[in-house]
Amino acid sequence: MNRPKDALTRNSTVTRVNHWITGLFFVLLMLSGLAMFHPGFFFLSYLFGGGQSMRAVHPWFGIVLVISFTGLVIQFWRDNRWRREDTEWLASIGKVLNNQEEGVPEVGRFNAGQKGVFWGMALLIPVLFVTGLVIWEYYFGHATSVETQRIAALLHSLAAIGVILIWIVHVYAALWVKGSMRAMLRGWVTPGWAYRHHRKWFRSLVETGSNGPTPNSK
Amino acid sequence: MADLQSQNYIRRSATTMTPPAVRNHEEEVAKLIDVSRCIGCKACQSACMEWNNLRPEMEEFKGSYDNPHDLTPSTWTLMRFTEYENDSGDLEWLIRKDGCMHCEDPGCLKACPAPGAIVQYANGIVDFVSDACIGCGYCVKGCPFNIPRVSQDDHKSYKCTLCSDRVSNGLEPACVKSCPTGAIMFGTKADMKSWADERVEELKERGFEHAGLYDPAEVGGTHVMYVLHHADKPSIYAGLPDKPHISLWVGLWKGVIKPAALLAIAAAAVGSFFHSVVAGPNETDDHDEAEARKLMADKGGRP
Repeated sequence: MNRPKDALTRNSTVTRVNHWITGLFFVLLMLSGLAMFHPGFFFLSYLFGGGQSMRAVHPWFGIVLVISFTGLVIQFWRDNRWRREDTEWLASIGKVLNNQEEGVPEVGRFNAGQKGVFWGMALLIPVLFVTGLVIWEYYFGHATSVETQRIAALLHSLAAIGVILIWIVHVYAALWVKGSMRAMLRGWVTPGWAYRHHRKWFRSLVETGSNGPTPNSK
Repeated sequence: MADLQSQNYIRRSATTMTPPAVRNHEEEVAKLIDVSRCIGCKACQSACMEWNNLRPEMEEFKGSYDNPHDLTPSTWTLMRFTEYENDSGDLEWLIRKDGCMHCEDPGCLKACPAPGAIVQYANGIVDFVSDACIGCGYCVKGCPFNIPRVSQDDHKSYKCTLCSDRVSNGLEPACVKSCPTGAIMFGTKADMKSWADERVEELKERGFEHAGLYDPAEVGGTHVMYVLHHADKPSIYAGLPDKPHISLWVGLWKGVIKPAALLAIAAAAVGSFFHSVVAGPNETDDHDEAEARKLMADKGGRP
């Protein structure tokens, strides 16, 4: 389907490229990380040329992810500030899960679930970055005490499980709410989509005569 | 030594298989280091280098007899010298041969993520299988004795093998063979313990009332044991841990979280799938599109 004339821009080209670079490196990190976490996943190391090279590239993937994710934070943090309607929206999560969005408080560009994904990632990715540096044997193996490294390894795996769980919710929600994948792949949504899922955002665009993704943008 | 038959492995890192038990009758071996008999000649260090064909780097003098100053990827055993002032104000020169203790419950093996990179043989020896090692350094975090060293050149972790190649051919470890005072002995663990008991008695008669055997139960006992004249305070021997144990953090990381994480991830995936089965997709309908366009028309056409 080509972009209809009255479609709204949900994500700019820069945002989309930034998002998918982050997503690619997230998946690479998840696969290589799981391989080093549980023997049941060690076969995934073959995707990275074997255990040695996987161990070598994993931290570098992490560096790319942190840089890329920082770009997303800069673009998204304003619209992810918690508002009163988010708490109300969460209270009616049962309706949302049953696809009945009428009567659910109107939300802005992001709903409470999306904000949870954003802040969860924004909190845990720095934890992964710092603890990951501590256990990066080649460069920092002697920078901290072994005891510090033990704690870092534990925190790194806990935070990793956290982001993987968030990621599963994120991916499923994108598949569940039809039109979301197109919003991140092609960048646009129909007015009805915006009206249904993000009515406050939709109203703000209509008020200012904006095409999206934010009020006043042309 | 990677080419032993797999029936000899009773533990294998990062693997869910049941270890083969057909050779569980095999006698456990142990090396007994009698610190009270050591003269610090470093013959064991040299023999270790020679047998294992290792070439540690030449170092600067660091103000101590320890040479090199620490274990390295190519220094698998090291004499550690301590000048200890005892309660009566006399100086005692404590010399401890440091190296892998070959724990019955090896922390390195527990922490290792690479299948088969660390194994334990039925005779109790804990061995690193270098070609399976990925160089992550988790063994360093798992070890209660601070023994494994990861090479910056080939990204492999190294430590004493207890000369597993020699032992599997009926020979004693190279350090044992080279020791001129009989301070290092090798045999079955049972024999070594009874030998140690005799020696401890002797030491007690000579006034070392706290003499004893170091075979720490917290790691299930070790296959390298020390006779210490001051067994009540092992840490005076260049930091030999008083109560070595696998760190609580490593236990949580490798014990609790591994299965719990898999369960959580599976639950999230299965839960999502069944939500889809029960609730189905959330789709924008004609009503939404019509309402949206009504709002846009009210505001003067398209936004």
